[in-house]
Amino acid sequence: MEIKAIGCEPLSLKRVHIENGHTLKVYRETGGYKSLEKAFGMTQDAIIQEVKDSSLRGRGGAGFPTGMKWSFVPRDSPKPKYVVCNADESEPGSFKDRYLLERDPHALIEGMVIAGFALGASTGYIYYRGEYNYLIGVMDAALKEAREAGLLGENILGSGFSMDIHTHTGAGAYICGEETALLSSLEGFRGHPRMKPPFPAVEGLYACPTIVNNVETLTSVPQIIEMGGIAWRDLGTEKSGGTKLWSISGHVKKPGVYELPMGYADMEKFIMEDCGGMLRSDKKLKAVIPGGSSVYIMNAGQILGKGVTLDYEGLVEAGSMLGTGGMMVMDETVDIMESTKNLTEFYKHESCGWCTPCREGTDWLVKIFDRIAAGGGKPTDAQLLLDICDNIEGKSFCPLGDAAAWPIQSAIKQFPDDFKKWIAGKTNGNGAH
Amino acid sequence: MGAATPTSYTDQIVYTDEVAEFSPEVVEEMRSHLAKYPADRSRSALIPLLFVIQRERGYVDNAGVNFLARFLNLEVTDVWETATFYSMFNLRKVGRHHIQICKTLSCKIMGEPDITDHICSKLGIHPGETTVDGKFTVSLVECLGSCGTAPMMQIGFDYHEDLTIEKVDRILENCD
Repeated sequence: MEIKAIGCEPLSLKRVHIENGHTLKVYRETGGYKSLEKAFGMTQDAIIQEVKDSSLRGRGGAGFPTGMKWSFVPRDSPKPKYVVCNADESEPGSFKDRYLLERDPHALIEGMVIAGFALGASTGYIYYRGEYNYLIGVMDAALKEAREAGLLGENILGSGFSMDIHTHTGAGAYICGEETALLSSLEGFRGHPRMKPPFPAVEGLYACPTIVNNVETLTSVPQIIEMGGIAWRDLGTEKSGGTKLWSISGHVKKPGVYELPMGYADMEKFIMEDCGGMLRSDKKLKAVIPGGSSVYIMNAGQILGKGVTLDYEGLVEAGSMLGTGGMMVMDETVDIMESTKNLTEFYKHESCGWCTPCREGTDWLVKIFDRIAAGGGKPTDAQLLLDICDNIEGKSFCPLGDAAAWPIQSAIKQFPDDFKKWIAGKTNGNGAH
Repeated sequence: MGAATPTSYTDQIVYTDEVAEFSPEVVEEMRSHLAKYPADRSRSALIPLLFVIQRERGYVDNAGVNFLARFLNLEVTDVWETATFYSMFNLRKVGRHHIQICKTLSCKIMGEPDITDHICSKLGIHPGETTVDGKFTVSLVECLGSCGTAPMMQIGFDYHEDLTIEKVDRILENCD
């Protein structure tokens, strides 16, 4: 598996190949904690302004502007404030945060302390997905090093600011990547999402002002403070600032984690050249899910020769979304209705059961897929699936419902032939099964 | 009662008042988790502590749950409420080696079905079952965040990636 930057100097991936890059010694030797020192010499407003200027948008999938999120925190609130890192990476196709957590833990600590200082938060939690349990030891060791070096705890670097950070683990629930469900889980409850508003920035963890940011988002913060928000933004495009980590999997020769400047041109070159092209050279590209399983699937015709730029706007224009940047590449052997069934089973399993449209809807979608797969397809099934999707999309309590509907809606639209074959009981028989 | 298939694992739990006991070292470990959260928010430690129960007791059992309820000053039902939500908590005994094969899309198209078939036929069980000697349980699970090194599986907490049939054989041989 490849881990490298293309078209830019590695920023998020700066230390992943350096021996002992996870240690404080190497982190400091490579410029680490300089941004924190710089931040302590700035005002809280100035730090938030740099993050706003950077155009950094949440790297966990939703793409919400980070600086704006930070500005929603009522800093004069008498309540304690919290910075929570969302390390519940569980979007199918996404695996970038894992490598940051494993190989550059101090970058996350530094980003969280800068965020804590800017927002007046004295406690941080890193919420790991339970399956990443094996990574927590790396972070606990890094936190211990930071405490011993005065980079966490009381009066950090003589600034008068105090903060500590703790690791916490979930236990296998995709829904906990949704920020309010994550907070429910962090409080020891079932991972059910909460009504918004109030937003976590106002009433989050323990009903106190809380910022929840993805790992890659927070590790970008020291880069932004070091370079300045505008300079960081200009690595990418005006609306999609900076660089982005892409997780590539499926039928390419060189899957992996790639750091690209936002606005990278173009998607075809990325897949066919940078990622080594199709895994089996005699098989054609059929489909790509560009941003994790929750975004619209694209057919080859939407990509090849279309000059799709890899940024938020470019992928929307091309008919999908950037999401987490978890790109799944499929060649012509994959039956798209089989692959869509697979993802629908995922959403059914991960629906938290809180609201009816998502809980019942995903269950019925799987029942229909199962019936069709067993040879009982009917000509009206495409419309039936779309009707159910229509009754989930926009009507569920949290975005998981939308995420379950979009793969089906886009698959039926972009791959009508696969679906027709399926219903007629004539699958090509060599796809995902 | 008839012989209906249980609808969930919780149907099989025998609820008693038995309270598990743990060594001073384990209790100390549990206290170290509590120290991370505000004193009046000890329920936050529930999920990390359920993992300790699972490690010590083999699975999240009735006596372990009763212990946690006392330890955290919660109702027993509060603990079950959380424990039954999360897929990583085993509510019944599993094999010494819990093989969890990722079945989500990238693993699926990169060969998961062959890996699953091979493991299951080698062990003589279906997904969701445990070998009669109690050594292995096989589960199919959703995306484990290892799509670039698909197909993959997790045994206990250990990731095994870029699987081939030969690699799987070696891994299974090394399980004691």
